[in-house]
Amino acid sequence: MAGAYYEKIARINLSTGEIKVEPLDLELAHKFIGGRGLGTKILYDEGVATVDPLSPENKLIYITGPMTGAAAPSTGRYMVVTKSPLTGMIACSNSGGIWGAKLKHAGWDAIIVEGQAPEWTYISIEDDKIQLLDAREYLGMMSEEMDTKLKEKHGPTASVLNIGPAGEKQVLLAAIMNDKDRAAGRSGVGAVMGSKRLKAIVVKSSRIKLDNIADEEALKAATKRAMDVLMANPVTSSGLKQLGTAILVNIINNVGSLPTKNWQESYYEQAEDISGEALAEKYLVRPGACYRCPIACGRIINVNGHVTGGPEYEPLWAYGANCGNNDLNVIDECNMLCNEYGLDAISTPCTIAAAMELYQRGAIKEEDCAGVPLEWGSTKALVEWTKRMGNPETELDWLMSSGSARLCEHYGMPELSMSVKKQEMPAYDARGIQGIGITYATSNRGGCHVRGYMISPEVLGLPQQLDRTVTDDKAVWAKTFQDLTAVIDSMGHCLFTSFAMGAPEYTDLLNAATGTNWTVEQVLEIGDRIYNIERMFNKAAGMKPEDDRLPKRLLNDPIVNGPSKGMVSQLPLTLPQYYEARGWVNAFPTDETLKKLGLDECIGK
Amino acid sequence: MIEVRLFATLRQGREKVVMLESQGFSTARDIIEHLDIPAGEVSILLINGFHKTPDTEVKDGDIVALFPPVGGG
Repeated sequence: MAGAYYEKIARINLSTGEIKVEPLDLELAHKFIGGRGLGTKILYDEGVATVDPLSPENKLIYITGPMTGAAAPSTGRYMVVTKSPLTGMIACSNSGGIWGAKLKHAGWDAIIVEGQAPEWTYISIEDDKIQLLDAREYLGMMSEEMDTKLKEKHGPTASVLNIGPAGEKQVLLAAIMNDKDRAAGRSGVGAVMGSKRLKAIVVKSSRIKLDNIADEEALKAATKRAMDVLMANPVTSSGLKQLGTAILVNIINNVGSLPTKNWQESYYEQAEDISGEALAEKYLVRPGACYRCPIACGRIINVNGHVTGGPEYEPLWAYGANCGNNDLNVIDECNMLCNEYGLDAISTPCTIAAAMELYQRGAIKEEDCAGVPLEWGSTKALVEWTKRMGNPETELDWLMSSGSARLCEHYGMPELSMSVKKQEMPAYDARGIQGIGITYATSNRGGCHVRGYMISPEVLGLPQQLDRTVTDDKAVWAKTFQDLTAVIDSMGHCLFTSFAMGAPEYTDLLNAATGTNWTVEQVLEIGDRIYNIERMFNKAAGMKPEDDRLPKRLLNDPIVNGPSKGMVSQLPLTLPQYYEARGWVNAFPTDETLKKLGLDECIGK
Repeated sequence: MIEVRLFATLRQGREKVVMLESQGFSTARDIIEHLDIPAGEVSILLINGFHKTPDTEVKDGDIVALFPPVGGG
């Protein structure tokens, strides 16, 4: 039980029913921290990169970081690491709530699920005791109802992770839900869980805190310093609690970078109607917080009389501006439907937006739409097509539930998919904000903002204000943000702590909890190592240099309206600068870079 | 006229949008003071969609957007 790790991994083979307890390789854990880093390293070493993502050969790792469940700020995070059926590359989806903390308190660093159950199964974990139980009675059940039923069966202290109908049907946009409204949302991790006929994992723990911290006094001191920093910062002390991430709708629109109608426009006249301010005024019941989180960015809202988790900035944008819809109540309803069916609340509405553009251009015909035409701003279409994508039946249902890349490819218009590596990009137009385009293009899991959140310096002025319109030094900034993010994820902290905290605070917390003695530079080098092992996984999975790209619309079509009118992404200029900063040639690390990062096992691969 | 847009907590006790005659305001700081907003409360200042400092001159037709410290993702 070395510092903050329980040194125990459960390997569960659903094909045979065998459950093995394996020791954690502590040296490897320190080298990759845990969570995202260690999970990827395990998958890489076990040869998962080359398997069919929806076959029994894929492995699904639920993994905590050393800080998950620790008495430190915002430590409720766990990660799902697997090969993505959406991108064909590495998937690491990160979620909050309390499930991850309970898994850690139960004494597990990670659960590795292999094979495919002969019948629908769920896993029950109560401290050391792991059981495979019959899940057949829960088939077809919505995520929230199943959460309630399993809590009734296992007791109120149980925490439930599950998939809804979308995951059961192996929909490529399926999420894994936990604690009702938290999601490991991206890259289709729910489809992998469905392919294994695994419906849920219920966790109970007798421990209510970690009892294996290397230096309790040092952790208390580091936590106090971190809390002081978080409370001194107006974003993390009060801003996110008051208005949630939804606060971004108005600011991103005001810098002319709110993609509208599938990125055909970049300024939405009705943004105020779908803003954080409007959400707080009309529907907010109270803020919600994950385990030990002082930030409390979550929104508990009233959706047509049902009190439930509300939308983040991303679905507000994706079901709003990106689909030409300013009906906030319908966005709330669609967000709830994503949680119920277990769908990615970014990729699902972004795929509807792509379908609406296909409809606009005549590729999808009215007669294809089974009574619900995909017209811009149609609230009926948003609700109905979300339900259809969550439980597909017709050919178009299935196509849409497979994401915009496959949908647009099918209609011979692949460039209408606003995606990178087949995963939909989030709510910031990379033409108006130059650095975020580097993050999108080079993200190992495809289109994503939380792999190097350049919006912080380029728009929010954190930790300092950069000019969003220029490319200067953005490649190096993006790399540094990517490396630090890999560290924060792998530790098990919420990324939002980084609006206030910096590498020194994370280094102190990590050293105190695990008994290591890393310098800030060494910790950032671990982040670099993690980014590179992800890239090597992708290389083994068949990634090509041209996969580090942005849709042509962002490179060739200048923004048509709003303050950023006329701008395009300068990625052709910044991408080579980024590769140089990384020590990569043609999108992959050189042998020298691998050696420097201690990834000798990847040399020549 | 200058259109001033206020967001988040800066709306408390104020309108969402304030239209001001451009005469009498030479910089964004003048506008912030006119609206009785403590200087420290404005974290992000946009003029016509671009980040500016309070010393930036304002002119007729400008859109000035003021935000408190914000984060999200």
